[in-house]
Amino acid sequence: MQKFLKPLVFVVLLGPALWWAYIIWRAYQGDVAYLGPDPPKMLELVSGEWAIRMLMLSLAVTPLRYLLNAPYLWRLRRMVGLYAFFYVSLHFLVFVLLLLELDFSALAKELSERPYITLGFMAWTILFLLAVTSFNRAQRWLGRHWKRLHRGVYVAGVLAVMHLIWIVRSDFGEALLYLAIVAALLIYRALHKFIPGVRQFVLFKP
Amino acid sequence: MLIKTRKASDIPSSEITPASVYFSRRDFMRGVGGIAIGSAAGVLMSGDAMAEDANRSPALLNLASKPAWLVQKISQRKPAPPSGPFAAADEKTPFNDATTYNNFYEFGTDKTDPSSRAKNFAIDPWSVEIAGECNKPGKYTLEDILKPHTLEDRVYRLRCVEAWSMVIPWVGFSLGDLLKRFEPNGNAKFVEFQTLQDPKQFPEQSSRFATIHWPYMEGLRMDEAMHPLAMMAVGLYGDAMPAQNGAPIRLVVPWKYGFKSIKSIVRIRFRSEMPTNTWKDLQPSEYGFYANVNPAVNHPRWSQATERRLPTSLFMPHRIETKPFNGYADEVESLYAGMDLRKNY
Ligand code: HEM
Repeated sequence: MQKFLKPLVFVVLLGPALWWAYIIWRAYQGDVAYLGPDPPKMLELVSGEWAIRMLMLSLAVTPLRYLLNAPYLWRLRRMVGLYAFFYVSLHFLVFVLLLLELDFSALAKELSERPYITLGFMAWTILFLLAVTSFNRAQRWLGRHWKRLHRGVYVAGVLAVMHLIWIVRSDFGEALLYLAIVAALLIYRALHKFIPGVRQFVLFKP
Repeated sequence: MLIKTRKASDIPSSEITPASVYFSRRDFMRGVGGIAIGSAAGVLMSGDAMAEDANRSPALLNLASKPAWLVQKISQRKPAPPSGPFAAADEKTPFNDATTYNNFYEFGTDKTDPSSRAKNFAIDPWSVEIAGECNKPGKYTLEDILKPHTLEDRVYRLRCVEAWSMVIPWVGFSLGDLLKRFEPNGNAKFVEFQTLQDPKQFPEQSSRFATIHWPYMEGLRMDEAMHPLAMMAVGLYGDAMPAQNGAPIRLVVPWKYGFKSIKSIVRIRFRSEMPTNTWKDLQPSEYGFYANVNPAVNHPRWSQATERRLPTSLFMPHRIETKPFNGYADEVESLYAGMDLRKNY
C-alpha cells in the first residue's frame, strides 16, 4: 500500500493540470464551453487556485506526518512541494504569456506598481529557490542550511495568502479560509517544536 | 483587428454581424488563416444565426415571469440608428457571453455566479420610488415608469474597471426623459440610485464575509444624468433584461466604468449633495465618484491602458487600446471641461 502511495499521489496531483490541458485542447477544436468568454483570465484564476491548494498541501505534509504518526508521508514532501512550484509557475506563465502577451515592459510595470503582483512574485521566487535546491545533492551540499532555507516555504505561504487577500474585492470568505490554514499549520509547527506534550500527541495510535 | 480602428460612422449597422454569428465567423476566419474578411462572412452565415437566435432558451433570462405588457412594449421598439454614438460599430458580444459573464455581486463574486444563481427572479410586480428634490415624488409601478417612453435599440460599448469590455445591444430609452417627468427642482444637483435589497433573491447580501454595505448605491451629476447617452435599459438583444444583467430596469452609462451602471433599480432620489457610491464607499483610493473610462489613470490593481474585448480566445488574443471616455469623448468631454480628471477619477 505504502509502495503505491507515491505514484498515486503523483497522478492525483497532476490531474488538474491534465484536465485543464484537455479543456484548452477542446477550445482549440472550437469548443469554448468551459473556458468562457475570457479564457486568459479564467486560466489565471484556476491556476492560482490550484497553486495555493498545492502550496497548502505541501505545508501540511509534515504536520500530517506527525499527527497521523505516518513517517512514510515524508517521502512525499519533495514531490508535493515541486507540484506547488509547478502550479505557481503555470500561473505566472499564464500571466506573462496570455494576459500580458509577452509585453515585458508591462510586466516590469506590473511587478513594480501592483503590490499584489510583487507579493506573488516574491512567493514564486522563494518556491523557485526551494525547487532548485530540492535535490539530494543540493541537500547534502547545503547541509544544515538546507532545513532553514526550506522553512521558507512558510514565508511563501504567508506571501501567497497576502497576494490573495489583496485581490479580494468584496468577499473575504475564501481568503480567510486560506489564512486560517496557514496560521493553523504554522502555529502547530511552533508548538510542536517547543512543547513536548504537542510532540507526543497523535490522532491515531499505531 | 481591423474592426477596432474603424470609426462608428464608417459602417452602417445593417452590416453589423448578428452576435451569434460571432463564434462561427471567428472559426471560419481561423480556417482561412485568420484573415479578416469583413462582412462577407457575416452575410454568408446570418441564416444560421437567425435560427440560433430563435432557439435561445427563455430559461437564460432567469425570470420568474415576463409581464405581457413588457413583452409587447419591447416588441414595439425602434431600431437602432444606422450609425453614430447610439450604434457602436464594434462587433457585438455574443448573447451567451453577455449573459453568463457578469459582475453582479448581489448574486456572488464569480463571473458565473449571477447566471447560475439567479433563478426565477421576480420582476412582477416591481416599483421604483422617486424621492428627493422634485415636484412629483412617489412610488411608481414599472409599467407607469415606462409608459410614456418609446423603447429603442442602442449598441453601446461596456468597459469594466477590471480591464475587460463587451459590446451590447440594449433596449431602453434616455434617462433624462424619465427624470424630467418628475420635475426636479433647483436643488437637484445629483441623482442617486439604489438596487433592490432582498437577501432571499440576492444570496451575497447575507454573506458574513462581504465588505460591501448593501444595498448597492450609485449616483450621477445632474448634467451627466441628462446627457442623451445615459440610458435606462429594460432589455438586451431585443428581449427582456435577464436577471443576471440587472432585471427589470438598470442604468447604462457607456462612458463610465461598468460599476456605475447600477442594476435592478428600486429607488431614484434627486439630491443637492453628491451621493456616495458603493465602490467608492468601500475603497475610496481605488474607485471614485466619476469613474469615467480613462486610459491615463490606472486603477491600483489593473492597468487601464488596454482592455480585453470579450470574447477573447487563447489562440486569437483580443487586447485593444482603451479610449478616453470609452470612445465617447466627442459626446461627453464637455461635461468635464476644466476638471482635473486625475483627481476626479
Ligand atoms: C509570479 C507571481 C504571480 C503573479 C504575477 C500572479 C498574478 C495573479 C493575477 C493577475 C491574478 C488575478 C487577479 C484578479 O482577480 O484580477 C491572480 C490571482 C490569484 N493568484 Fe496569483 N500571481 C502570482 C503568484 C501567486 C502565488 C505564489 C500564488 C499561490 C501559491 C497565487 C495564487 C493566486 C490565487 C489563489 C488567485 C485568485 C484566484 C481566484 O480569485 O479565483 N498567485 N494572481
